[in-house]
Amino acid sequence: MIKEITCIGCPMGCRITAELDGDKILSIEGFTCNIGKKYAQEELTVPTRMVTALMHICGTDQPLSVKTSKPIEKSKIFDCLKEISNHYVMRPVHIGEVVIKNVCGTSVDIVATRDVE
Amino acid sequence: MRNVDILIIGGGPAGLAAAISAYEAGCRDILILEREENLGGILKQCIHNGFGLHTFKEELTGPEYAQRYIDKVLEYGIPAQCDTMVINITPDKVVTAVSRGAGLEHFKAKSIILAMGCRERPRGSLGTPGWRCSGIYTAGTAQKFTNLKGLMPGKRVVILGSGDIGLIMARRMTFLGAKVLACVELMPYSAGLKRNIVQCLDDYGIPLLLSHTVVDIAGRERLEGVTVAEVDPKTLKPIPGTEQYFECDTLLLSVGLIPENELSTMAGVKISPATNGAEVNENLETSVEGIFSCGNVLHVHDLVDYVSEESAKAGANAYKYVQGQLSREEDTLEVENGFGVSGAVPQHISKDLNEPITIMFRPRGVFKDAQVCIDVGDVQVATKKSRILTPGEMVTLKFSPEYLRKNTNADKITVRVEAQQS
Ligand SMILES: Cc1cc2nc3c(=O)[nH]c(=O)nc-3n(C[C@H](O)[C@H](O)[C@H](O)COP(=O)(O)OP(=O)(O)OC[C@H]3O[C@@H](n4cnc5c(N)ncnc54)[C@H](O)[C@@H]3O)c2cc1C
Ligand code: SF4
Repeated sequence: MIKEITCIGCPMGCRITAELDGDKILSIEGFTCNIGKKYAQEELTVPTRMVTALMHICGTDQPLSVKTSKPIEKSKIFDCLKEISNHYVMRPVHIGEVVIKNVCGTSVDIVATRDVE
Repeated sequence: MRNVDILIIGGGPAGLAAAISAYEAGCRDILILEREENLGGILKQCIHNGFGLHTFKEELTGPEYAQRYIDKVLEYGIPAQCDTMVINITPDKVVTAVSRGAGLEHFKAKSIILAMGCRERPRGSLGTPGWRCSGIYTAGTAQKFTNLKGLMPGKRVVILGSGDIGLIMARRMTFLGAKVLACVELMPYSAGLKRNIVQCLDDYGIPLLLSHTVVDIAGRERLEGVTVAEVDPKTLKPIPGTEQYFECDTLLLSVGLIPENELSTMAGVKISPATNGAEVNENLETSVEGIFSCGNVLHVHDLVDYVSEESAKAGANAYKYVQGQLSREEDTLEVENGFGVSGAVPQHISKDLNEPITIMFRPRGVFKDAQVCIDVGDVQVATKKSRILTPGEMVTLKFSPEYLRKNTNADKITVRVEAQQS
């Protein structure tokens, strides 16, 4: 299978083309520097993203902003968002506090990014 | 009338960094005035990550980045008055503010730091046809609704303009369950960061329509749809026959930011037509002695790290001014925007410059294999190579005092790009 991605290493935005056999990378072309090669290898095997989201706080309409403690697998983003939107937190909550442990059964936590008294 | 050494207008990242550095330089009479309920400025609503990589070597979200500065301000005990809107500044530095708590107040400041940030270009300045139906917001207003108030502006969304705030909102709306149909950009390139195009649009299969614009808006009470057409990349005029209709209830505008300089103008500060911000010298001092400007009110930045860095300089210089230690040279060289360059800051550099400074500007287009050159008079004094320059990424250049010695007869400094435009 041939896959095309855009490198985000710098504004050049090189179009990188790779030939894949399942999870195995057969060849990578189109990168200008090593940052691109490394990015493509990660992005084509297990792409991950930091996820930021909003969570309900009991007793107010104002949401709590949260983030994943580490990047999570891209394929899990929407499951992760769903789990977050099903949760309510109690005040007070502070920056860095874990509000969900092991989101979607991963080793990643959801932490608060705002103080709410 | 209350006297204060340094009065800072705006409690966003610029105002906070200026206050902290003025304090660290020794100033103990500082006051921050902020019109919103809390400090932090626009960062409060920027809940995505990607802030502070330069400053803290880690990726923070907007509120986390702001909190680090707010905590410092609290630790130092720097007074900050929120819910207070500044409504006037005079050239002799009398500042008038209103608040629910104190009513009308007057302050006499030895020095003022303008840190009011910027606002988004509204719909009116675009000339899009159609009724004034609801469902049309600037991307930043929508960001405030979703991230601070927990409200959803709509379900089917088209985004006009591919500035970073629009891209970030495309992903946020998708996360919140909306369908984002397209991001429509007039220019043949995006004004946003590559990373945002990949991680906010490509990741979720949202098409980016370059060289396209919205030509018609349907709906009377509520938006019902928009017609998008391709434009000729040279004339930017819509091409007949290329129209396509998108049924949507929400149109978000991300078509640029304008520095908020009404107060600066009242104070008699000269505004640069290139940046829409104050004209400043290398100390970030405006045309009015003792009034400084920094952050997005000076020129639109794309990275908050640069805002903090610039504002720290403004804060330290304001305190030097208060102590009578800041020399103001009337004998300056003007910085001219040469080929491919727009909005270089500072606009004036003293002939007696004795410390290296940073010049920032935005490229006027996309240039590949480019070289940025600095000329002092007609002598080229420095060059910096770059594989690519785009209007979406600000360029920073070091300017060292030695450059001036290479041509002491010069009457101006020119920053220009040498490249083939692509
Ligand atoms: C909607 C939006 C989204 C953005 N998203 C990003 C992003 O994702 N990433 C990024 O790096 N940058 C982003 N930016 C740019 C970001 O704004 C800057 O990097 C940074 O916040 C600029 O800081 P500042 O202090 O100059 O301005 P601001 O953060 O705008 O702060 C200015 C402050 O001054 C106050 N003020 C203004 N006028 C008065 C007055 N008359 N009296 C009292 N107070 C006043 C305002 O209330 C505000 O708190 C965004 C900008 C906008 C407008
Ligand atoms: S491959 Fe290298 S040059 Fe190309 S976009 Fe990535 S970082 Fe930039």
